[in-house]
Amino acid sequence: MAKRSNEPFLWSLFSSGGTVAAFLIPVLLFLYCLAFPLGWLEAPSYQRTRALVSHPLARLVLFVVCSLPLFHWAHRFRFTLYDGLQIKHLNEVIIVFCYGGAVVGTVLAGYLLWNLS
Amino acid sequence: MKDRPVYTEYHPRWYRARVSTYWWTRQWKYVKFILRELSSLSVAYFVVLTLLQLRALGGGPISYGAFQEWLKTPLAIALNIISFFFVLFHATTWFNLAPSAMPLRVRGKRLPDWVIIGPNYIAWLATSAVVAWLILRG
Amino acid sequence: MAETIALEVARYRPEQETEPMYEHFEVPFRKDWVVLDALNYIKDKLDGSLSYRWSCRMGVCGSCGMMVNGEPKLTCATFLSHYIPGPVRIEPLRYFPVVRDLVIEMTDFMVKLKSVKPWIIREDQKPLAEGEFLQTPEQLDSYKQFSMCINCLLCYAACPVYGLDQHFIGPAAIALAQRYNMDSRDQGANERLDILSQHEGIWGCTFVGECTKACPKNVDPAGAIQQYKLKATKEWFKDFLMPWRMK
Repeated sequence: MAKRSNEPFLWSLFSSGGTVAAFLIPVLLFLYCLAFPLGWLEAPSYQRTRALVSHPLARLVLFVVCSLPLFHWAHRFRFTLYDGLQIKHLNEVIIVFCYGGAVVGTVLAGYLLWNLS
Repeated sequence: MKDRPVYTEYHPRWYRARVSTYWWTRQWKYVKFILRELSSLSVAYFVVLTLLQLRALGGGPISYGAFQEWLKTPLAIALNIISFFFVLFHATTWFNLAPSAMPLRVRGKRLPDWVIIGPNYIAWLATSAVVAWLILRG
Repeated sequence: MAETIALEVARYRPEQETEPMYEHFEVPFRKDWVVLDALNYIKDKLDGSLSYRWSCRMGVCGSCGMMVNGEPKLTCATFLSHYIPGPVRIEPLRYFPVVRDLVIEMTDFMVKLKSVKPWIIREDQKPLAEGEFLQTPEQLDSYKQFSMCINCLLCYAACPVYGLDQHFIGPAAIALAQRYNMDSRDQGANERLDILSQHEGIWGCTFVGECTKACPKNVDPAGAIQQYKLKATKEWFKDFLMPWRMK
C-alpha cells in the first residue's frame, strides 16, 4: 500500500482554524481594534479585562482563537505562495516559515495565557 | 516533503504555454480568489495583535494602557479597518462555501444550499452577540 | 442586426511557426449560430486547414471544448449572439499542450483518470445467477450528479492549480472517483484512497471553485473534491487513532 500523505492532518487544522476565525474573529476585531479605540463603545477597564481573561474558560477560548487560526493562515498562505508566486521549489523554506510560525504563535499564546491567571 | 520528479515527455512539436506568474491578475475572478486567500493574512495579523495585547495585559495597567494608546494611532486604525473588511470577507466566503463541503441529504434529496448557509450565519450572529455581551457587561 | 462577426482564431502549425498566432476571420452572423457553426463555416469556406475537434454538436460528447474570450466553453453550446459585436477570440483549451491550431493533447488527463480506477471495484464478484445489483433512488441520487461528467476538460482549463502543479489529479478525475466511491455497488473506496490521498493527488486543490462554474453538466467537481477531502481526513484520523485498522 502506498504511503498516505499527512496532508489530511494539516487540512483539518486549516478547516478548524478557518471555522474558529470565521465565527469569533470578526466580533473580537470589531470590539478591540475599532469600537474601543475609536470610542464607539466604552472599553472595559484594565481590572475588568484582567478579570475576564483570568477565567479558565476564557483563557481556553483565547488559546484556541490564537492557535487554530494561525494554522489556518499557515496552510492557506503556503498554497498562496505555491500558486500565486510559483515558488513551490522553495517548499521546505515555506513549510518551516508557515507551520513553524504557527507553532511559535501557539507556544507564545500558551505561555502568555498561562501567566495571566 | 520532497516533490516527486516530473518527467516531461519529448514532443518538440507540441506547444506548451508557460503559466505566467501574473496568471491571477488577468481575470477578475482570479483576483477575487487571491484576495480571498490573502484574507488569511488579516486573520494572522489579528492573532499577532491579540498576543501583543495579552502580553501588554500581563505587564500591568501601564503597559496595557500604552497598548490601548497605540491602537488609537492612525496607522493602527488604518490597518484594523482593512483587516476588519478582510476578516469579514473570510467569514462570508467561508460560510458561503460550507454547503459544497458538507451537502446534507434528507431522504436522498440534497437540501438546497441556503438551508446550510442560513443557520451558519445565524450561529455566527448569535456567537458574536454572546461574545460581545460577555465583554461589554459591566 | 450585424451582417458579419469577427473571429480571432488561434493558429499553431508546428511546421511553420514556433508559437501560436491569431488569424482574423469574418463569418456571417446568424442569430441561431453557435461558435462551432462559425468554425465550421471557416473550415468549409475560408480556410480548410483549420484543425479542431467536434462531434455531437449538442453538448453531450465533450469534444468541442475551447477557450472563447478567455473562458472555457463548449463551442457547440455557446451562441455567437452572446458576443456581438465581437471580435470573438478562440483559443485551444488552457493548460494542455497544443498539437495544432485548436487541438490539444489530453493524455495527461487520461493517465490521471485511469489512475483513480473509475470503474466498479468489487472484493467479491456477484455470480450472474444471483441477478442484478438493486439500487434505490436515494442510492442513485448520492452519486448521480458526479456521473454526468462528459470528460470535456473545461474544468481543467478553468483550474489554475492544474496549470501550476503537474501532480494535481484535477477536478473531473476526482469527481469521477467520488462517483464510484459513492456508488452502493462499489467496494473500492480504500483502493482509491491510496491514489487520491497522495501528497499532490487532491491536496493541491485550494477550492478556487472555477471548475464548478465552467462545468456544462453541473457536475460540481469542486464540491466533490471538498467532500473527498473531508472523507480522506476522517480516514486519516481513524488510521492515526486505530493503527491496527491498516492491513
